[in-house]
Amino acid sequence: MTTLEIASPPLQLDEDAAAVYVEQSARLRALSPAQAAPELAKISTRIRRDVLTTIQAAQMGHVGGDLSVTDLLVTAMWGTLQLDPYAPDNPLRDRFVLSKGHCAAALYSTLASCGFFPQERLTEFMAPLSPLNGHPNRVKVPGVETNTGPLGHGFPVATGCALGAQLRGEAWRTIVVLGDGEMQEGSNWEAAMTAAHYGLANLTAVVDRNRLQQGARTEDTKSLEPLDAKWASFGWEVRVIDGHDHAAIKQAFAPSSTGRPVAVVANTIKGKGVSFMEDRVEWHHKVPTDEQVRLALEELSR
Amino acid sequence: MTAVAERTPTFDCRVDFADELARLARADERIVAVCNDSVGSSNLVKFREEFPDRLINVGIAEQDLVGVAAGLANAGFVPFVSAAAPFLTARALEQIKADVAYSDRHVVLCGQSPGMAYGELGPTHHSIEDLSWMRAVAGMQIVVPADPLETRSAVRWAVECGRPSYIRIPRFKVPAVTPEDTPFETGRATRLVDGGDVTLIAIGTMVSRALDAATLLREQGLSARVVNMTFVEPLDVAEVLAAAHDTRAIVTVEEGLLSGGLGAAVARVVAEHRPVPVRMLGVPTFAPTGSTSFLLDHFGLNAAGIAAAAREALGRV
Repeated sequence: MTTLEIASPPLQLDEDAAAVYVEQSARLRALSPAQAAPELAKISTRIRRDVLTTIQAAQMGHVGGDLSVTDLLVTAMWGTLQLDPYAPDNPLRDRFVLSKGHCAAALYSTLASCGFFPQERLTEFMAPLSPLNGHPNRVKVPGVETNTGPLGHGFPVATGCALGAQLRGEAWRTIVVLGDGEMQEGSNWEAAMTAAHYGLANLTAVVDRNRLQQGARTEDTKSLEPLDAKWASFGWEVRVIDGHDHAAIKQAFAPSSTGRPVAVVANTIKGKGVSFMEDRVEWHHKVPTDEQVRLALEELSR
Repeated sequence: MTAVAERTPTFDCRVDFADELARLARADERIVAVCNDSVGSSNLVKFREEFPDRLINVGIAEQDLVGVAAGLANAGFVPFVSAAAPFLTARALEQIKADVAYSDRHVVLCGQSPGMAYGELGPTHHSIEDLSWMRAVAGMQIVVPADPLETRSAVRWAVECGRPSYIRIPRFKVPAVTPEDTPFETGRATRLVDGGDVTLIAIGTMVSRALDAATLLREQGLSARVVNMTFVEPLDVAEVLAAAHDTRAIVTVEEGLLSGGLGAAVARVVAEHRPVPVRMLGVPTFAPTGSTSFLLDHFGLNAAGIAAAAREALGRV
């Protein structure tokens, strides 16, 4: 069999899903945080279920971080930003960058929910020649803004996006989501200085503060605290929230009120939503058994 | 060097780089310059005066420099990242790989003061590795202008090329070597002198020295072809194969590390398709203390050294 014969077709728009997304996300954006929260929570549960089945199919993935970041992804893409699945390169779209690219399963599941490609393509996650690589690739996956995976990359790129919008005098926004362990990368603090220096009020950097990195707790590895004070001292407006409270997240994703870039420190739980995975270091990239997936889906259907 | 070389006017190509960039920026609002406190060393002070908003200085932060440029490309700009070649290519190598090349962003990386241009400042400031590193990045186009005219052509080409590219801009002064109406196309070399015994394939600061070597060889009864390769990637494979077919040996000359640069690129083509003797001239290791001129002579990167390598390759030491 030649490689051409087993290659997956390119990812293309899911028209039905996109139509729902465009209508519903416009409505959710306009609602108050408290009003939008119940629906955002429902979508998040659906994404968590998709993450689990996606990882089950691939027998690979980073389930812990996927589940901690889900509410942030959903609130950004469904409740805050204006994305365009019909024209993923629309120059006036808002930009969403997932800097913690190893959580590709959560990103792909959310992009599919927005209609960028059909949800059933998630079964190809990490399959040979699939466009759904283990880390996001913008050339292959519509809705991905830049290729991430090595840590410390998404934030400088997002800073460049925001600077570009500022230079053009355009109103679109950029949200970048970082892992907390990732804040140990020096490149992020370079970007933090640049964004503050240029007064990028159109940029929101979100830290998925689940307090665990691959090998251990962040504070036992190389401590990040006081993280809010670090951001503040770099010239950012800081908002510390419960990263699983959709109303709080939506509120925190509101534009800057100070003319400074906004840092959201979102306190989260790694493995959130599946009791036996929550806050346990081994679920960074452990693959659940079929029985564990069944139990997890059961918890997520309550 | 020879009396001829002393009389020939020489040029700092940074001047032409900056002048051409500003000229294009007047008509093309997509063009921005991105620096790491390298505004002066890139000769971009005038650019900043004319386009204060379009000269972005991220400070001394090379990873951020390249990441921000990729983001500006995402926003529809054509960023020219201008920084000292050693720091741009080494410190930001993963950003060049992931954010620019793998993300297929139209970012123009401009390596200033490459090779051993920083002479006495030593190997930390030398950029002898940049060609090897950039060749190891899939999809990266690598351009090494040899003189002011080629520098201007490279800048114009880079605005339109639409893909990741690296331009290595000489600071060490070079004479003009490119005829006025020479076409500048992706992956196209220029045959400056024809000859039948040996082919000298050179880039950048070494092209004029290869021409001088051809003169020396002619005095010694040997006919040398001189090719300015210009693009290390994509290499002009047809021109390399023509050299292997028409002449008996090839000498490559670059102001760069012998592992992985122009010589390695040429040798791969020759070894795979038409083996002939190849001698590679370049920098073998970290340089000792000395001026750029001194170091080039020290490593045999001058007319006499190139001619000697050509004779050796032809078995006529």
